[in-house]
Amino acid sequence: MRLATREVAIAFRRAPLLSALSVTTIAFSLFAFGLFGLVALNIRDSLRQVEERVEIRAFIADGTPVEQVVASIPDVEKIPGVGKVDLVTQQQALERARREMGEFSDVFDGSFLPASLEIKLREGSRDPAAAKRVADRLGAYDFVDDVRYGEEWVAKLYRIRNVATVAGIILGLAFAAVAVIIIGATIRMAVLARSREISIMRLVGATDAFVRMPFLIDGFLKGVLGGALALSLTWAASAMISRYFIHTAFFGTQVAMVGVLCGALIGLAGSAFSVGRHLRKV
Amino acid sequence: MIRFSNVVKEYARSGVALSNVSFHVRKGEFCFLTGPSGAGKSTILKLVYMEELPTRGEVRVSGVNSHEVRRKDVPLLRRKLGIVFQDFRLLEDRTAEANVAFALEVTGAPAASIPGKVSSLLTRVGLASKATAFPRELSGGEQQRVAIARALANDPLVLVADEPTGNLDDRATRGVFQLLREINAAGTAVLMATHDLDLVRRTDYRTIEVNRGQIVYDSSVDHRRLPAVGMTAEERR
Repeated sequence: MRLATREVAIAFRRAPLLSALSVTTIAFSLFAFGLFGLVALNIRDSLRQVEERVEIRAFIADGTPVEQVVASIPDVEKIPGVGKVDLVTQQQALERARREMGEFSDVFDGSFLPASLEIKLREGSRDPAAAKRVADRLGAYDFVDDVRYGEEWVAKLYRIRNVATVAGIILGLAFAAVAVIIIGATIRMAVLARSREISIMRLVGATDAFVRMPFLIDGFLKGVLGGALALSLTWAASAMISRYFIHTAFFGTQVAMVGVLCGALIGLAGSAFSVGRHLRKV
Repeated sequence: MIRFSNVVKEYARSGVALSNVSFHVRKGEFCFLTGPSGAGKSTILKLVYMEELPTRGEVRVSGVNSHEVRRKDVPLLRRKLGIVFQDFRLLEDRTAEANVAFALEVTGAPAASIPGKVSSLLTRVGLASKATAFPRELSGGEQQRVAIARALANDPLVLVADEPTGNLDDRATRGVFQLLREINAAGTAVLMATHDLDLVRRTDYRTIEVNRGQIVYDSSVDHRRLPAVGMTAEERR
């Protein structure tokens, strides 16, 4: 291991430009992937915010005592998928309507609007089928007059979400594949630059594992450096977009660490593949 | 030590390189391999250190059989051989001593023993004073001596030399050849490919001549020694 690490240091010292080129190539490939990840993350966050607004309203029949409705709330909360249940009385509905209608607020009066139960759904239960299941259960209560949850809107939202997910996976895989190919080619160049050394190692009796080790360490280190550089560039891009255009969310610490680790793994795998292919030829 | 039995080597593109080659090099023997360029000398040497495997027939080197050898056995075989080339194959960015030490390091020699061993090897090849010189600072003959010191690092049973004097002037050639003789005298077998007939005639070492992939002369079988008759088998024809 000590010898392998020394060989890596020698390789860096001997060809600093090639090493820097490898790190920069890895960094820019992962930066492109990181930018895509940033876009995907922000689209996902926006969709989640919209999804949080998916709610079901169960309108209460006129003349139902408030106590009866309040007493049913714990039961409603037990319906699978239900997150939060709020009772909106006629008075509260009126106040809200007036607030939302602004200058036309005086067109409302008295008991024009019915009381309702506003049900927020749990994450993972906001798809059209789950919303319908909860709506049907609510409709079975005898004090419930009508149930509404914007069926078409929910269906449309989920179509957008599904398309965004599939497009995200396909584009993500394409970006990752391009990054792996570019990084693989760069590492292969580094392996070829040291092919003489590899052939000498083999001539004096070095095992394949021994020959491979410095390249694996080299690829891993370049991957870590490239990944860290890509993370810095992505962070800088995110900060600039947030400052001059629109607020954007950035990756959490864990995701950022996974990103750098991905760089390291791509470097490691690229090196293993390139040096393995080279060794099979010599 | 080295035994070729009816060895045939064919390449997909260039065709037959060796045809029905059989010979045996014994422990401690010095054997020249001669013949014109493209005759098959280097192919024989590649088969010895198992960079190539025969298409048919069998090569046996120090107990390793070409039929049974696995890729992971090859490095272990090469540690029993010392290999020297016409173009030295030194690492240009390392000193003479680092080049020799490299051979010991990659074979897992104890770190503490390496400096002493390197120093003794460089002394043996007459380069103790140039231990810290880089290959570019050495003459061709000196570079070949470093390559020989490296080849001797793991105390090989056989030294395989592919045209080791091919890039050297007369004086350097004599020096390197004398070194190889001394190595042989100390008990290491030497299999040396060369087309330098003056060198071959200067001694009475065994000579195997290869032409067009076949052995056309072996002094251990045909006792008309090349130096005595003053021409190769090819010239005789």
